[in-house]
Amino acid sequence: MLNTPEFIAKAEPDGANSPTVGPDAAPIAMQVNGVTRTLRAEPPMTLAEALRGPLGLTGTKIACNRGACSACTVWLDGDPVCACMILAIDVGGRRVTTIEGLADGDTLHPVQQAFIDHDALQCGFCTPGMIMSCAALLERTADPSVNEIRAAISGHICRCGTYPHVIAATLDVAKARKG
Amino acid sequence: MAEQDTLRTATFPSGIASAGLGTVERKISADEPPPLPPNAELAVIGKSFPRPNGRAKVTGTDRFTVDMSLPGMLHGRILRSPMPHALVRAIDVAAAARLPGVRAIVTSASPDDPAAATLRYIGAPVAAIAAVSIAAAEEALHLIRVDYQGLPFVAGMQQAREADAPAVHDSATAPAGHPSGFPAAADLPLHGNVRGPSIVRRGDVAQGFAQADVVVEGEYGTQVQTHCCMEPHAILADWRADGLTVYMSTQFTAGVRQELAETFGLPLTRVRVVVDAMGGGFGSKSSLGIYGRIAVELSRRAQAPVRLFLDREEEQMDAGNRPGTWQRLRVGAKRDGALTAISLVSYGTAGIGLGAGVGNNAETLYSCPNFEGAQHDVFINAGPGCAMRAPGNTPGGFGIEQAIDELAVKLSIDPLALRDRIDPSPVRREERRLGAERIGWQRRHAPGADPGAVKRGLGVAQSLWGANVQTNAACEVRILRDGSVEVLSSVQDIGTGIGTVLAQTVAEVLGLRPDEITVRIGDTEFPAGGPSYGSRTTASVTPPARTAAWRVQQQLFHEAALALNAAAEDLVARDGKILVRNDATRSMSFREAAAKLRTDRISAVVSRSDDYAGFRRRMGDAAMAQQDLGGVQFAEVTVDTETGIVRVQRVVAVQDCGRPMNPRQIESQVHGGVLMGLSYALFEERILDAHTGRMVNPNLEQYKLAGPRETPAIDVVILENYQGQSATDAYGIAEPANIATAPAIANAVYNAIGVRMRSLPMTPAAVLDALGKIPARS
Repeated sequence: MLNTPEFIAKAEPDGANSPTVGPDAAPIAMQVNGVTRTLRAEPPMTLAEALRGPLGLTGTKIACNRGACSACTVWLDGDPVCACMILAIDVGGRRVTTIEGLADGDTLHPVQQAFIDHDALQCGFCTPGMIMSCAALLERTADPSVNEIRAAISGHICRCGTYPHVIAATLDVAKARKG
Repeated sequence: MAEQDTLRTATFPSGIASAGLGTVERKISADEPPPLPPNAELAVIGKSFPRPNGRAKVTGTDRFTVDMSLPGMLHGRILRSPMPHALVRAIDVAAAARLPGVRAIVTSASPDDPAAATLRYIGAPVAAIAAVSIAAAEEALHLIRVDYQGLPFVAGMQQAREADAPAVHDSATAPAGHPSGFPAAADLPLHGNVRGPSIVRRGDVAQGFAQADVVVEGEYGTQVQTHCCMEPHAILADWRADGLTVYMSTQFTAGVRQELAETFGLPLTRVRVVVDAMGGGFGSKSSLGIYGRIAVELSRRAQAPVRLFLDREEEQMDAGNRPGTWQRLRVGAKRDGALTAISLVSYGTAGIGLGAGVGNNAETLYSCPNFEGAQHDVFINAGPGCAMRAPGNTPGGFGIEQAIDELAVKLSIDPLALRDRIDPSPVRREERRLGAERIGWQRRHAPGADPGAVKRGLGVAQSLWGANVQTNAACEVRILRDGSVEVLSSVQDIGTGIGTVLAQTVAEVLGLRPDEITVRIGDTEFPAGGPSYGSRTTASVTPPARTAAWRVQQQLFHEAALALNAAAEDLVARDGKILVRNDATRSMSFREAAAKLRTDRISAVVSRSDDYAGFRRRMGDAAMAQQDLGGVQFAEVTVDTETGIVRVQRVVAVQDCGRPMNPRQIESQVHGGVLMGLSYALFEERILDAHTGRMVNPNLEQYKLAGPRETPAIDVVILENYQGQSATDAYGIAEPANIATAPAIANAVYNAIGVRMRSLPMTPAAVLDALGKIPARS
C-alpha cells in the first residue's frame, strides 16, 4: 500500500531515462554488480523491487519498505542507499552493487568473512544490508572508531540484536587491514 | 533394541563448573549413550564453531520465505477491518472478481455466519485476494464493497474494566484458554471484559503480612510491545491434487503441518511444510495463523501457488504482540530480610486474545511461605497478543524485581545480600557472585548520591524460566557408504543456530569435524524436530541427535571391528579415525569403515528420551525439567536529570542454559535478549488511540527500537551447569536472557536518581515527570 509514487522519496533525476515514462512499464537498463541488466519497470517500481523481482537478486531484503530499517541497503556508485526509497527508473547509469556482488568470485569480502567469524548474524534478514553499510564505511574510512561504526549502521534495525558482534567484526577487518 | 528396558547405572558430571564439579549417578536405559563428559574434555561440543549456513547468509544466497517463488505463482493480499468493532452486514466481491488478473477470493468475515460476521479490531481480516501481482491484488481489494455496522468499542484496559464498558466478547466468542495454563488457564469466569482471576495460593498471606516487620507495596505498568520480526510473516502455499506443500516463515514446521492437516482435512502424508532461512519469530510465528489459512485456501481455489506476506503496518497491527499489564505487588519481610508474604494482583490485555498474565517469577523466585496471586485478562478491541520472548515473566519480572529492590532499600540491606538470604537457587547465587565481580558492584553508591545533573546508577535483577523440553522431538542420523554423514530433522533454524549445534553434537560422537556433517533441517519430510519456542529447541533435539549418532556408530563399529580384529566395544572414534582403545597401531579411517557397509547407508531415528531423573511436569508433548533456568543481570546507567534521558552504559548478563553447546552463538542470543529487554525498558510502545482504536505508530520509525547507538557494552557470562539429565544436558537460553534486563535497568535508574520508575517505557518525559520536573497542566 505504501509503494505508491507519492510515498517514495525521489532519487536525483538522472536524465538517462526519459522523464515521461509510464504509466505502462518501460524498458530500462541498469549496471548491477558490473553487468548491464535490462528489465521492464512500471514507474512505481522501486530499485529494491526491481532487484528482488525481475533481476532475481533476493539478497536485498525489504522489511519496512519506507526507509526506516535499512535492510534493503545497496550501493549506488559506491554509496550505501535504501533501495526501497529509489525508483528503478531513476537509477539511470549509476552503478548498483548488491550483496551478491560484494564477494570477489568465491573469495568473500573481508566484512562477509568477519561476520561469519564473529557470529555477527542470527536470523540473517538484516545481514546483507548491514554488511553493505559496514563494507562501505571501510571503503571511506580505513580505521573507523566504534562510534563511526555505530553511525554507519545507525539506520539499521536488527531485532536479533547482532549490533555488538557487527561492531566487533567491522573493527576486526579494519585492524587486519592496518596489518 | 532388545535391551531397551534394561537399566544401567551411569555416572554423570554434576554441578556448576566455576564452583567445582561433582558427579551424580543416574539409572539410564541401555540404549542411551554413555554420559557426556564436561565441555573441557570434549573436542567439538562447547566450542564456538561457525554456522554452517553463515556463508549463505552473508552472500544473500539463503532463501527466506519472502524470497521463494514458484512457476505460475500468484500474490495474496488481505482486506482488513477499518473499524475497531463492527458487524459485517453485507460483502460484495463481484467487482473485484471481474478485475483482470484476479484468480481467487476468500471472505473470512461473512454476514451469513454470525460467528464470523463480527470484526473486533482494526486490521482484522475481512477478505483476501490472489492475483497475478501484488498491485493487482491491492487494486482488487479496493473494489470489495463491505457494509460495516459500527459497534461500540473500547481500546483502553482501564476503560474496558468498567462495568458499563462495551463488551468485546460474549461467553460464546471469548477464547477458552487451555488446560496447560498457556496462554491462559481454562474455565475461568468472564465478567464483562474481565476474565479470571487465575488464582495461585500457598500458605496464608494475611497471616504472613501480620508477621512482617516491613511491607512494600507498589503498582507497576508495562506497555504493549510488538515482535518486529525483520522478515514479515510469510507463506507460499502450493495446493495440488496430490498434496499440499507450504513454505512458511515458521517456528514450528511440524506443528503447522498438523494444523494444516486438521484444518483442510488432509492426511499428514499429503502435507509438507518447509522453511529454509527464517527471519525471526520471537513467539509470533508459532502457528499457522489466519493469514496462513487464507493463503492455503486461496491456493486451493486458484489451483496455483500463492505467496502472501504481511507489510509492516499489518505486522504491527495483526501479527501478535506482548500484552500490556498492570500489577499490584505487596511484599512482607522480617527485619533480617526473610520473606513472610507476597501478594500479586494483575490485569493485562492481549487485545481480543488471552495470555496477558505476568508469569510465575513473583510466585517462585524466592523462598516465601505465603503467596497469593490473582491474574486477570482484560479484553479490548485490539489485535490479539501472542507469546513473545519469555511471555508473562518479562512483564512480571519488571514488577517483582523492583519490589525486591525496594524491600532491600527499606531494610537497608544490599540487594545482593538480600537475595543471598531469600533465594534458594545455587545457580543464581553463583551468578550473583560472578556478575557482581564483573560489574564492580562495590562501586555502587547510595541512591541519587551523584552530584551534578547526570547521575550514574547500578542495578541488579534476577529471573527464572522453566527448562522446557518437547518430548516427541526426533532426529535422524545417517552414515552413507562414502563416509559422508547427515543429520535430519524438521526442526527449524529461526536464527539461533540449531544447525551448528546439531552438527557439533553428531561430530563429537563420530570423531569428525562439524563441517563434515551435512545438516538438513526445516522440512517435515524429516523426523519431527519440535518447535523453536519456549527456549526448548536445543534441549529437545540435541539429545536425540547424540543418541542417534551413537546408535548408528554402534552399527559402524560392528563392521569396523571385523576389519580391525577387535571387539566393537573396544573401538573409539577420534580425529576422523576409528581406533582400538589402548592400541594405537590398529585403526582405520572413518571413511574406510563406512566403505565396508553392506548397505548404501545406515541410519537411526531417535526421539527425545525423558530426562533421566524424570520431568517435573508434563503437558501433552511438552514437559518441564526438574531444574529452572536462572539468570542474573546487572545494569549500569546514566540518567540526565535535565533531559530525562536514560543511557544504559553496560549490562552484565549471567545466564544458565545447562551445558553450553556453542558459546559464541549463546552470546549472540543473550545480546538479543538483553537488547530486546533494553528496548522494552526505554523505547518501545504500541500506541493505540483510545478514540479510534487505531495503532498510531504501525511502522519502524515511530515505533521506537533500540539501535546501534543505544547498544551498551554487554558482558555475557555463561554458566556451565551439569545436571546429568539427558544425552547432552543442554537447555535453552533465548527467553531467560530477556527477563531480567528491564528491571535491572529500572533498579539502576532508581540507584541513579532515587526515584522509582514503575511504568514502561522509561521515556525522557516519564523520567522528568517522576522527578517532578513537568509542570502540572491546569
